[in-house]
Amino acid sequence: MSKRALRRADRRRRLRRDWPLLLMVAPTILVLGAFHYLPLLGNVIAFQDYSPFVGILESPFVGFANFERLFGDPDFWRATGNTLGITAFQLVFFFPVPIMLALVINSLLSARLKLFIQSVVYLPHFFSWVLVITLFQQMLGGAGVVNNFLRTHDLGVVDLMTNPDTFILLVTAEGIWKDAGWGMIIFLAALSTVNADLYEAAAVDGANRWRRLWHVTLPALVPVIVLLLIMRLGDALSVGFEQFLLQRGAVGVDASEVLDTYVYYEGVVNGDFAYAGAAGLFKGVVGLLLVLGANKAAHLLGQQGVYSRS
Amino acid sequence: MAERPETAAPRRRRHPLRPAWEEEPTPLGRTAKAVVLTLVVLAVAFPLYVVVLTSLSPQEAITRAGGLVTVPDGFTFAAYEEILSGGVVTRSVLVSTGLTLFGTLFSTTLTVLAAYGLSRRGSFAHRPLLFAVLLTFLFGPGLIPTYLTVQAFGLLDTYASLVLPTAVAAFNLVVMRSFFMSIPQELTDSARIDGAGEFRILTSLVLPLSKAVTAVIALFYGVGYWNAFFNAFLYLSTNDKWPLQLVLRTYVLEGIPIPGAGPIDSVAGGPLPTLAVKMAVVVLAVLPVLFVYPFVQRHFTKGVIIGAVKG
Repeated sequence: MSKRALRRADRRRRLRRDWPLLLMVAPTILVLGAFHYLPLLGNVIAFQDYSPFVGILESPFVGFANFERLFGDPDFWRATGNTLGITAFQLVFFFPVPIMLALVINSLLSARLKLFIQSVVYLPHFFSWVLVITLFQQMLGGAGVVNNFLRTHDLGVVDLMTNPDTFILLVTAEGIWKDAGWGMIIFLAALSTVNADLYEAAAVDGANRWRRLWHVTLPALVPVIVLLLIMRLGDALSVGFEQFLLQRGAVGVDASEVLDTYVYYEGVVNGDFAYAGAAGLFKGVVGLLLVLGANKAAHLLGQQGVYSRS
Repeated sequence: MAERPETAAPRRRRHPLRPAWEEEPTPLGRTAKAVVLTLVVLAVAFPLYVVVLTSLSPQEAITRAGGLVTVPDGFTFAAYEEILSGGVVTRSVLVSTGLTLFGTLFSTTLTVLAAYGLSRRGSFAHRPLLFAVLLTFLFGPGLIPTYLTVQAFGLLDTYASLVLPTAVAAFNLVVMRSFFMSIPQELTDSARIDGAGEFRILTSLVLPLSKAVTAVIALFYGVGYWNAFFNAFLYLSTNDKWPLQLVLRTYVLEGIPIPGAGPIDSVAGGPLPTLAVKMAVVVLAVLPVLFVYPFVQRHFTKGVIIGAVKG
């Protein structure tokens, strides 16, 4: 038998052996096919003069007209600017928080205390954005606990929930409250793999607490930090949908419109599907390029990155 | 945490001794750490405490406090009676509960089946199929095409639109698969020799060994469905079908009665929701999470790390 025939026979044998496994994967593949890959094809509307009445198949192609309109639209650039601004701000002020939190919690000697604090800080991750924003509103809003306290002590009021100028602080604070604890898990795991002998050796060599942190702990965290940075960069154009949608009314469009909400309002609310589809596709493609680029950069720096080259 | 009874013997230190080479922390460092950690815990606990307390306070106490109640002052279930007596909120709680139970079951089943189906090295076509799953991680189809697809399938304004589009999360699948692959192959091979089929191996052998991971995955899905806001917001146009999170948004965050919620609605058009009622809705939204959380919480680290490291 030729090599090819052998391979074909082998494939048939494996198919006969493995069909129950394929059957198990089938429902998931169907769902992903219908709600992930099929819509992926639906992105062609970005190049169409799409009309919901004639459908994707019949709508005329218009080339890059939608993109031309998109790139000439100041509202689009405002949304992009807001998104990038928030990403940059959060990279500086949000990203390090889980690392610092993990370092502090890791330094506790009592296992029970460690577990208790971990349980508490993980919790808000499981709250919905509606809930988180509601809680913030009840704490910091005009009628909230903080302002109530300020009022009864004649200190005036600060409305943090509707102020566009401080919105970026607010969303970052909300993000930290909700997810910093959860983000810490992966750093704690990395810390737990550090060989204690290294600390001892460093200490014997005369390294103080801070030097040990710098020369032993941080190097252990670097691969994780790089990995998470890459993933964050890949998501640079998505800062989350619900958080901004929910506060858009209170804070105003100027400060709170991000690309996701822009796509939603242009497409679903205004019915301009092709145009919003172009904005969404732009966001997706740039995001993908950012991940690939950042991953490449990580490889060049000798880090593993999200996926390896093989 | 259960308190241990004090014994006559001197209490043993609960934590291992500090390693000999590590210096004692300075009093300043120690204080700083204590302050930081106390603040962190309070930041999570205090809002919840205030919300629960206010929801259980009579209106006079709320008026006296001029808003949210921070010090206990009277006690009543009136707010809960009001929202659970068959209005919009009751209905949305039922919707969310049903959605959560059914959705979790559906998603977990699909994920477990697919994870097992993809867990055998060298099985037929497992590489391209796995790749197809992983690719969903990297590149999403975008909001508009997804919306149009849901529309094209005729799923707008149906509960199926809340389940199907996000039924399987690649991350959860990868976590499950990694765990299944860590089960020694000798075990499954011996079952196969004894004549067990793949389905039998999964249900009688692999799943019982994977209770912890399955629980975590189910919790992830469950919380996702309980918190479902976006899909419902996007796809549901009838207020009657709203899950709790949408009611929470309209009723509590924006403080407006829900318009046109249908004849079952006893609140819409009526007076604005009182603060106690609002806070009771918030409590309802947190409660299931708080209830399930302790049982699953201790498995998190394991589950998440498997996924993150091996994925």
